[in-house]
Parts: sequence; structure tokens; C-alpha cells
Amino acid sequence: MTTEIWKDVGALCDVPRQGARIVETSFGRIAVFKTANDDIYAIEDKCPHLGGPLSQGIVHGAHVTCPLHNMVIELKSGRAVAPDEGCVLTLPVRIDERRILLDFSKFGEKAA
Amino acid sequence: MKKKLVVVGNGMAPGRALERLLESDPDSYEITIFNAEKRVNYDRILLSPVLSGEKKFEEIIIHGDRWYEKHNIALVKGRKVISIDRVNKRVTAEGGMIADYDKLLIATGSSPFILPIPGNELPGVLSYRDLDDVQAMMIAAEQGWKNAVIIGGGLLGLEAAAGLKTRGMDVTVLHLPSILMERQLDLTAGHLLQRELESRGIKVITNANTTKIVGDGKVEAIELEDGSRLDADLVVMAVGIRPNSELGKQAELDVDRGIKVDEKLRTSDPDIFAIGECVEFEGSVYGLVAPLYEMANIVAMELLNEDNNGFSNSVLATKLKVTGIDLYSAGDFSEGEEREEIVLRDGANGIYKRLILQDDKIIGTVLYGDTSDGAWFFQLIKDGTDISEMRDTLIFGPAFAGGSPLDPMAAVAALPDNAEICGCNGICKSAIVSAIADKNLTSLDDVRAHTKASASCGSCTGLVEQLLVLTLGDTYDPAAVQPMCGCTDLGHGDVRRLIVADGLKTIADLMQALQWKSSGGCAKCRPALNYYLLATWPGEYVDDGQSRYINERVHANIQKNGTYSVVPRMWGGMTSSKELRAIADVVDKFEIPAVKCTGGQRIDMLGIKKEDLLAVWSDLNDVGLVSGHAYAKGLRTVKTCVGTDWCRFGTQDSTGFGVRLEKFLWGSWTPGKVKLAVSGCPRNCSEATCKDIGIVCVDSGFEIKFAGAAGLDIKGTEDLCHTSTEDEAFEIIVALVQHYREQGHYLERIYKWARRVGNDSIKAAVVDDTVNRKALFERFVFAQKFSQSDPWSERVSGAEAYEFNPMSEIKLGEAAE
Ligand code: SRM
Ligand SMILES: Cc1cc2nc3c(=O)[nH]c(=O)nc-3n(C[C@H](O)[C@H](O)[C@H](O)COP(=O)(O)OP(=O)(O)OC[C@H]3O[C@@H](n4cnc5c(N)ncnc54)[C@H](O)[C@@H]3O)c2cc1C
Ligand code: SF4
Ligand code: FES
Repeated sequence: MTTEIWKDVGALCDVPRQGARIVETSFGRIAVFKTANDDIYAIEDKCPHLGGPLSQGIVHGAHVTCPLHNMVIELKSGRAVAPDEGCVLTLPVRIDERRILLDFSKFGEKAA
Repeated sequence: MKKKLVVVGNGMAPGRALERLLESDPDSYEITIFNAEKRVNYDRILLSPVLSGEKKFEEIIIHGDRWYEKHNIALVKGRKVISIDRVNKRVTAEGGMIADYDKLLIATGSSPFILPIPGNELPGVLSYRDLDDVQAMMIAAEQGWKNAVIIGGGLLGLEAAAGLKTRGMDVTVLHLPSILMERQLDLTAGHLLQRELESRGIKVITNANTTKIVGDGKVEAIELEDGSRLDADLVVMAVGIRPNSELGKQAELDVDRGIKVDEKLRTSDPDIFAIGECVEFEGSVYGLVAPLYEMANIVAMELLNEDNNGFSNSVLATKLKVTGIDLYSAGDFSEGEEREEIVLRDGANGIYKRLILQDDKIIGTVLYGDTSDGAWFFQLIKDGTDISEMRDTLIFGPAFAGGSPLDPMAAVAALPDNAEICGCNGICKSAIVSAIADKNLTSLDDVRAHTKASASCGSCTGLVEQLLVLTLGDTYDPAAVQPMCGCTDLGHGDVRRLIVADGLKTIADLMQALQWKSSGGCAKCRPALNYYLLATWPGEYVDDGQSRYINERVHANIQKNGTYSVVPRMWGGMTSSKELRAIADVVDKFEIPAVKCTGGQRIDMLGIKKEDLLAVWSDLNDVGLVSGHAYAKGLRTVKTCVGTDWCRFGTQDSTGFGVRLEKFLWGSWTPGKVKLAVSGCPRNCSEATCKDIGIVCVDSGFEIKFAGAAGLDIKGTEDLCHTSTEDEAFEIIVALVQHYREQGHYLERIYKWARRVGNDSIKAAVVDDTVNRKALFERFVFAQKFSQSDPWSERVSGAEAYEFNPMSEIKLGEAAE
């Protein structure tokens, strides 16, 4: 079992609704999305197609459309919507007192 | 000797448990109940009808005093139990009263959460939990207190709001999330509800974070995070509940959020049970009665040593109890992996229904406006019924899912002759069918022309088409209208028409009224809708940046490696040493890897990091360079040649005219990009004859041309007209752009628009009809008031700063240690 590594990455209101913000890490950028319903998702900011910055795409429902070639990614699973294929890393999210916390343990493993 | 059962709390859960217990074996226990409230057991759910005056307290009593007498139950009212002695099996209540037990049942419910903000204890601040709260609200209203502020737009808050409104108070609901009842509703249903409440005179403020309640000895006002202040005589906090678990903690039972119980509702002490809102089971706590009643049944069986299957978490349904508002939700309706939705919107009747499916089963539903099928859907959810067979008609409810063949065509065929098809125009099925047969109608447009069906809001289009198929069989070829995207059956033209006809002013309004099939649109329709609304309601519609493609959102062009390119305007292709120097300095300062002359007579700096954009723009702004909108569905470039200023063949001031046009047209949003060129003579050095609009100067004046293409398609321009003065040419060109703004489909360039509507119709509108031309011109001028400000300098001075900086930086090395 890996230990969880929760880190405060910003306030709930820092992320625009139906938009995203970036969190810089030593392992690359994480895109933190907020849907119209104020749900928060965090995924790697790297499209499985050709690495497009997903944080810059249009957010609709719980999906984002990549700004480079319009691949649609499901935020919750990080998976590309059929017929496309591919998957990006997702990070567990927790909201506490209107702050956004991400669990970076997946990177911890990589780092170790 | 009879065993002793002591119950702590006399709410809805233990009330039901005792009923069940006494039914099975009235003599099993000697029962004592302690209740902190000074009254008998009543139906807490119905406090809202009491508040609104629709019911009296007597009508919501579940068990009156007689009931307790009849069953020999000792009810101790107004006494709170303060400790449990587990060793001696005895409880102590306030005032020292004690009772011994063999079995103890804790059912202390929950208490309202009070925001930890200054002023939360001022007189006039209430919660909404019991009859005392309701009475306090009724007294406030009777005494003529004016302003009520409800904090919290969930189920309780809204019921309180509606109740206080009927009692004559001015009511404002403050809600922190952006959607009312966000736990139950999605964006659209939340929006419908908000509009309905607003139409009843209840003010709703979302995204409202209350920071302070102020007043001298009594509530006077409320302050929000954004600095605004609202007068308030009465404040009702309805921001959530917390399980009442102190007693459990005191007795050192296992307690987390609530008192922990196993599936037999046993706490960590086998002689102590707990049910209701005070418990926590497998990590869940509860706020609705259905699961509590389930607990009540099981605990009764446990107390009687009857076999039972134990408690398990199950799906829940909620209904908002405000008279005249029908709102129902059940199950899990978040979006997610492998989930599909079926959405039905009836704009005219304010109906919204959404089913969430997974693996051919319904897992959740939200119903607004018409909740009559709620129970049926709920049953399908609970039973996990496979719905693949009835999927096509499922959303229409059990009425259609009955008979044998379940395809939509059969459903339409099964409709009675007098079934209303077109609600707007009151056209019934037989009228349409006989018109098709009698008048040999063959298309949707024919039906619209002859019966008016589907000619207004268009939401019955699908039904009318099905009637065409039924009546004509294979000879009917469904109209070639290309839907905008998978979210709707309507084409761009219909959507544009309906925006104007129905006065639709927000994306949410539009999606509801035009019955969008997805809950939030997609990357295809949202940018189009944003443009249509912006172009239709200038100054009124607030641009939605999140519905724009990235380039338009950040005012630069994204490149394949995620960097951006920046293209400043060079009016008519003219520049100066000052501008060039500033560009050179910016290139050095930010180490911009590539500088290029574009095909549009200006300079492109490529490979700029997003974080540097603001600083680059700021430096360019300093010498007056503004955004060239090289990213926009809007005016791009006006290319010119040197004209009479320098050229020996020049006939008019082509450079000056080009600059004048660019300075007038820049900043406007258009369906597709718009490029112009002005050449000084027919040698046409600025390549005007392949542009969206091209002007070729001649001795006698100006040849205006349009609808050229030199990109994906290549096509020379068409002649629009000749004018003798620059001013007249100017007016016609501006009117042409406006006409295109009003008619074009999103992403449709001028040449495609002209092909669709016909060159002649455009000529008639902007050349021949001079009154119309002037009106178009004026509308353009009006719209420009709201769009001619440099997006770069707006952002340099702070607009949408979040677009350009990372939210935070996280060092992971330390975390991994
Ligand atoms: C920079 C430039 C090429 C150059 O180095 O010269 C250019 C670059 C791009 N063009 Fe272009 N076009 C450029 C002049 C043209 C021209 C020539 C002209 O404007 O006189 C054309 C043909 C005329 C026309 O507009 O049709 C042209 C026809 C296109 C098309 C095809 C449009 C069409 O409807 O047929 C696209 C694709 C599109 O818009 O969907 C396109 C799309 C693009 C995009 C935006 C592709 C993209 O989505 O990333 C390129 C952006 C690069 C960038 O970041 O700057 N570009 N593009 C030119 C910028 C002009 C300017 O100053 O604003
Ligand atoms: C206004 C309103 C509207 C609602 N509408 C709905 C609805 O539409 N649908 C729905 O499903 N649910 C609704 N609910 C929720 C529902 O009423 C509750 O889920 C349910 O009443 C909880 O039952 P309970 O027995 O756990 O607790 P309660 O009914 O809260 O009873 C707990 C009782 O224990 C007493 N008590 C607490 N501590 C002690 C102590 N130490 N000693 C003695 N007594 C104590 C309290 O005074 C209280 O009387 C609504 C609630 C409210 C307030
Ligand atoms: S022609 Fe235009 S779109 Fe194609 S590669 Fe060149 S710049 Fe990009
Ligand atoms: S990089 Fe995302 S779709 Fe191509």
C-alpha cells in the first residue's frame, strides 16, 4: 500500500467554472478542472494524442475537449471518449474548507 | 419480568420503530422515551406546510398523547438525556431523572450546522429544524418584520424561503454554490428552479459567501465576501446538518461523524442500538426519512430477536415540497465513466427530465415540471431493471413503455387522433396526418407551411417527422437539415431564428427552451451559441469565455508545442520604425524563437510561453500595438497596396481606405473569420479578388466584391456593386459585415453564407434597400461599442488573470520522502 500524499493546491474559487488552472510540479503540469456543477477533477495536463495542454480546452459536462485536435477526455477516468483511445493520469481530489487538496502519491511512486 | 427498553429522542425514526415493535409484540418491553422537545412525535417533514400555512401543527402529529397512554409508554417530554452509564445500564436526564435499561435505543437525530461567523448568535438568527423554529418564523412575519435572508439554497432553505414569502416577507436566498440544491440538481434543473423562485418574488443570489451577521442587540444586516450588504430582520441558516452524537461520545461508543452502527443497527455496545440521523453506517450519514424508516423496521426486528436481512444503503429520492413547484430527484445523477444520459426538455411547458443510465440500467433521475413518472423511474432504479428493450421511449414514462413494440414510431402510431403534437399552435395528430395525405405534402417545410405545426418553437419537429414517415413510408426522406451537433436536432438556422423569436438570452435558457439533449452542451455547440447570443444581444449578453476556443479565450494562437504566437495589428499593413523597434526589443527580451511576416501583411512572433504573454503584450501596448485578432472568428486583416500615395497607377487612396475600414471593423466578432483587401487599381496587388470582401479602386470610384476564397477552397469574388464615393462604399461594406453577422452560421465563411442565402438576397439587403442598409450599419455601430477595446491591454491590467498563471507550484521531492 502506498501512503497518500495530500497537498493543498489552491482555493476552490481560484478555478473558473467550466475552466481549469494549472499546478506546476517537478513531474510536470497538473490541470485542475471545475465543472459547471462545481465538481473538481485533476488530471495530467497532457493529451494522450500528441501531448496537447488539456487545461486549455473547452470543458463540457465532466469532459474536456483537447484544444489541439479535439480529442474528448473524460475528466473522472482520464480516458479518451470512443472512438478515440488513450488515457491520462488522474489524481484523487479532496475538498476541505473550500481548499482543493490533491493526492500526489502516484507521483510519489514514480519518484521513489 | 418485562425487559426495559429506553429510547433517547422521539423523532421520526424511533416513532416508526416502536410502531413496528408494538405491532409484532405489544408486551415485549416496558418502554420509556426521553425527548428534548416538549412535545409528542410529529412529522418533521411537514414543518414546511405548517410554515406556509397550508397545515396546522395538529395535522402533522404522528403519535398523540393518547397513543402513548394506550401502549403504556412513558414519554418524558422536555428532558434531554445527558449521560449513559453503560456499566450499570442506566441513563440520566437533565434534572436528575434516571432510568434503567436492558436495551437502549439512541435516536437523537441531528442538529443544524451553524456557520462559525461573527454575529451568528444575535437574536433573529434561526435554524430550521423543529416546531420552535417554525413558530419563531411565524411570529417574525406576524410582527411585520420585513426582510428575511435564508442562508443555504438546499431543500430546507428553499422550503423556508417559500414559506416566509407566503407569509409576506421579502425573502432573499443566499447560496454558496452556483446551483440551487446542487446535491440533487444539475445545472439546467437548478436554473429552472431559480427562475421559478425569482418569478415568485424570491431573490436568489448564488456564489454568495456570507462572512458576517451584523446588528446591535438584534440582526440588522448580513455581509458577503464580495463586500455587499443586505438588510435583514430575520436570518435562517439552513446550511446543513450534523449528527447529534455527543451522547455516544460521552458513553465512549465508537463515533466518527455519527454513532457507528453495524448492519443490525448495533453500536459498539451490543445492548445499545442507534437509528436515525445520529448514526453512521459504512461511512454514510443520513438526511432523509426513507432509509431511517428502513432502520426502524430492522431495529424493531432485532429487539424482538426476529430474523432479518440487516440494513444496507440504498438509493434515495428527494422531492422539494413547495406548492406549485414539481421537483424530484433520485439515485445517483453525477456524470461519470460509462454513464449515458437521456434528456427530455419541453421548453414551452417548463419540463425537464433527465435519466442517467449505466449498463442498461437507470441509476439516477432528475425531473422538473412533471414529476408524475418519478415513482416509476425510482422503482426501475431500485429493481435494477434492464431497460435496453424500452430505451427509446423510456423517458416518456410508463404510458409509452406498456404495449408490445417499444420503438418511438410505434409510440407515435399509438397516439390517439386528437393527441396534441404541436403545443405552440395547438395542432393535433389527425390534422397533420390528413394534411399530409390530402395536400400531398412531402417535407417538413410543407407541413410547416400548411399546418403551422413545428413552425414555432420547433420542439415537436421529431414527432412531425415521425408522422411523415408513418404516412408516406419510405418515400419520405427526412429533411436534410444538418443538426448543429449531437446535442440537438436543430440546425444552426433554426437556433438563430429561435434565439430572436423566443428572446433567449443565456446559454442555459437556450438549452432548456430548445430542449438540448446533453446537460451542458459540447465543444461544438457552445462556441456557436456564445457567438449567436453575443451577436444577437450586444451589450446585454455577457460573453462566456469558457465557451470559447482557447485561442479566443487567451487572445493568442496556440501552437503545436503548447506555446503561443502573437500577432499585433498593423493597420492596413502599415508600420513604423517605432513599432518595429518595440517588436525587436520584445523578441530579444523574451527570447522569442521565431519572427515571421504573415500572409496578412503583418508580423508574427511565434513560440511565446503562456506565462510571458502578459508581459509581451504590455511592452507592445506601450508603443500602441494592439491585438491583431489573428486567432478570432472576427475581423482579421485588411490588406492594402500603396495606392495613390506612391504608386504611379493608383486611382484612389487604397491604403487610407483600408486603414479606415480596419479601424472601424476591428474587434467585431463574426461567424467565421473576415478578411478584406483594398487594391488601388485593377492590377490588384493586395489580392482583393480572393477575399471575403475585396475593393478594387477604379477611376470612377470603387468596385465592391465579396465571397472570395483562397484557403480550403479557391474561388474568385462576386461583384456586389460600384460606388462613386468612398463613404458610400464604406456604408455598404459595414452593412454587409453586419448582415453576415446576423445570418451566418458559426464557422461559415462569407462565400459559403452567400452560396446558402444567394448573392441576390445579399445585394438586395445591403445595396438596393438603402433603409435596411442604414439600419444594418447602425446595428453594427451599436455592437462595436461593446467590442472595441483591446483585449491585450484589458488582460495586462488584470482581466482574467487566472488564465495566465499557474495556480500553485508543488515540490514533490519533499512529499515523497
Ligand atoms: C500566420 C499565417 C501564415 C503565415 O505565416 O503567413 C496563418 C496561420 C494560420 N492559419 Fe491561415 N494564416 C495566415 C494567413 C492565411 C491566409 C492568407 C491571407 O490571410 O491573406 C489564408 C487564405 C485566405 C483565407 O483566409 O481563406 C489562410 C487560410 C487559413 C485557413 C483556411 C480557411 C478557409 O476557410 O478556407 C485556416 C483554417 C481555418 O481557419 O479553419 C487557417 C488557419 C491558420 C492557423 C490559425 C491554423 C491553426 O488553427 O493553428 C494558423 C495559425 C498560426 C499562428 O499561430 O499564427 N488559415 N491563412 C497567416 C496569418 C495572417 C495574419 O496576419 O493574420
Ligand atoms: C423542515 C424539514 C423538512 C424536511 N423535509 C424532508 C423531506 O421532504 N423528505 C425527507 O425524507 N426528509 C425530510 N426532512 C428530514 C427528516 O425530517 C429527518 O431525516 C428525520 O426527521 C430524522 O429523524 P430522526 O428520528 O433521526 O431525528 P429527529 O426527527 O430529528 O428527532 C430527534 C429528536 O431527538 C431529540 N433529542 C436530541 N438529543 C436528545 C437527547 N440527548 N435526549 C433526548 N432527546 C434528544 C430532538 O429534540 C428531536 O426531537 C426534513 C427535515 C426538516 C427539518
Ligand atoms: S498553411 Fe496555415 S494552417 Fe497550414 S501549416 Fe501553414 S500556417 Fe498552419
Ligand atoms: S494533442 Fe490532444 S487531440 Fe491532439
